[in-house]
Amino acid sequence: MSQAGVISDEQVEILINDVLEHHGYDFTGYSRASLKRRLSRLYSLDKHLSFAEFRYKTLNDDVYFKHFVEGVTVNVTEMFRDPSFYRLLRKQILPNLNTYPFIRIWLAGCSTGEEAYSIAILLKELNLLQKSLIYATDINPTVLEKASNGMFPLSQMKSYSENYIAAGGIKDFSSYYSANYNLAKFDEELKRKMIFSTHNLVSDRSFNEFQLILCRNVLIYFDRPLQFRVLQLFDQSLENLGYLALGTKETIDFSPISATYKKVGTEKVWRKVGA
Amino acid sequence: MRKTAALVIGGSAGSLDVLLKILPQISPNIGFSIIIVVHRKQGTDSLLSDLLSHRTALKVKEADEKEKINKGYIYIAPSDYHLLIEKDFTFSLDYSEKINYSRPSIDVTFQTAADAYGDQLACLLLSGSNADGVNGLISAKKNGGITLAQDPESAQVKYMPEQAILRANVSAVLKIEEMANYINSLSLNP
Repeated sequence: MSQAGVISDEQVEILINDVLEHHGYDFTGYSRASLKRRLSRLYSLDKHLSFAEFRYKTLNDDVYFKHFVEGVTVNVTEMFRDPSFYRLLRKQILPNLNTYPFIRIWLAGCSTGEEAYSIAILLKELNLLQKSLIYATDINPTVLEKASNGMFPLSQMKSYSENYIAAGGIKDFSSYYSANYNLAKFDEELKRKMIFSTHNLVSDRSFNEFQLILCRNVLIYFDRPLQFRVLQLFDQSLENLGYLALGTKETIDFSPISATYKKVGTEKVWRKVGA
Repeated sequence: MRKTAALVIGGSAGSLDVLLKILPQISPNIGFSIIIVVHRKQGTDSLLSDLLSHRTALKVKEADEKEKINKGYIYIAPSDYHLLIEKDFTFSLDYSEKINYSRPSIDVTFQTAADAYGDQLACLLLSGSNADGVNGLISAKKNGGITLAQDPESAQVKYMPEQAILRANVSAVLKIEEMANYINSLSLNP
């Protein structure tokens, strides 16, 4: 099925405008090619008969609008994605945070929570979980509900287990969940140190200071000016000597904050070294 | 007069050999950009760039997100991300659902390139075992672009170019030996 060109460039701008004015969600800084694809995909999946219908429902139907936000944002994620990154967390970054009496971690754009549970597993194995708090935020309340359930498809567990081992895990991965029909339910203990909350990187402010901020594969959907603004928000939210982790194709190079950060190893992790 | 601003080449199983054969014959003075999207395993990015850069005088690099697309460069789509072309001729990356079981998906790059480049686009679909790229060829053609498929008889895996010919009404079907000449001639306002 071809989804190209279902929604025109003009219609993309109309929807962005509607959503900003009526719902207060600001997508103006999103990369257009990707946004256009997401909107065309949603339009086709929901079998709208006309653009007018799509627009009307988006504007007036609050239940549909939640679905709209979920459809427009990308919520593809996995546990221990990029094992070499998680190995760096396990071997170097999290052990360094052990010097703090209390560890605050912000996972921005946590989607359905797979990364939050991956980090909690590392913290537990390093005996740091009891003094840590993971603030897992997302623009989208629907995915946060899923994240707080801590249940992921059982069919994924084989590949997650392989990732976990590649990231330096030595336990039996299946000891962290119980199988329930076709779902894997992760231990409540992991969840006890997570706080789920909506936060919109575009419009919401800094809400705490952290020693580690992770935001992986979110900035790729933003244009340069918005990327820079969000990086400044992270900078305001990060303690001196704290760490910022981005996706494998994202960078702080050329951004306003790059002068006060130092890269850690070969992964996309930077440490705040102060002005 | 028609002018080519970008050539996007897509391929899957059996396409690497074709690229290795044709790249050495592509003129270093082509006045457009070449963007390559091939299906492959994760974590093999630098390998592919290295492999291809030894076969051409053109600069080969992996496409970075928000990077400006320059002529005379060969850009490689990174593995495990979709590669999209923005209207201001920059790249963006997208980690959304696989399309045709593929990420990067050739359809995604062809379609967004068709949007951005219109009739200044050429797309070439090579050997492969699924139909990723065919819908993209249809979009490219609709927007006035040139669409090309490898001659299935010369392909290690025929399915992909066969589907292109069957469904996308391509502008030309090319044997491997004909490809470099055809690509070089795109610079010359055919």
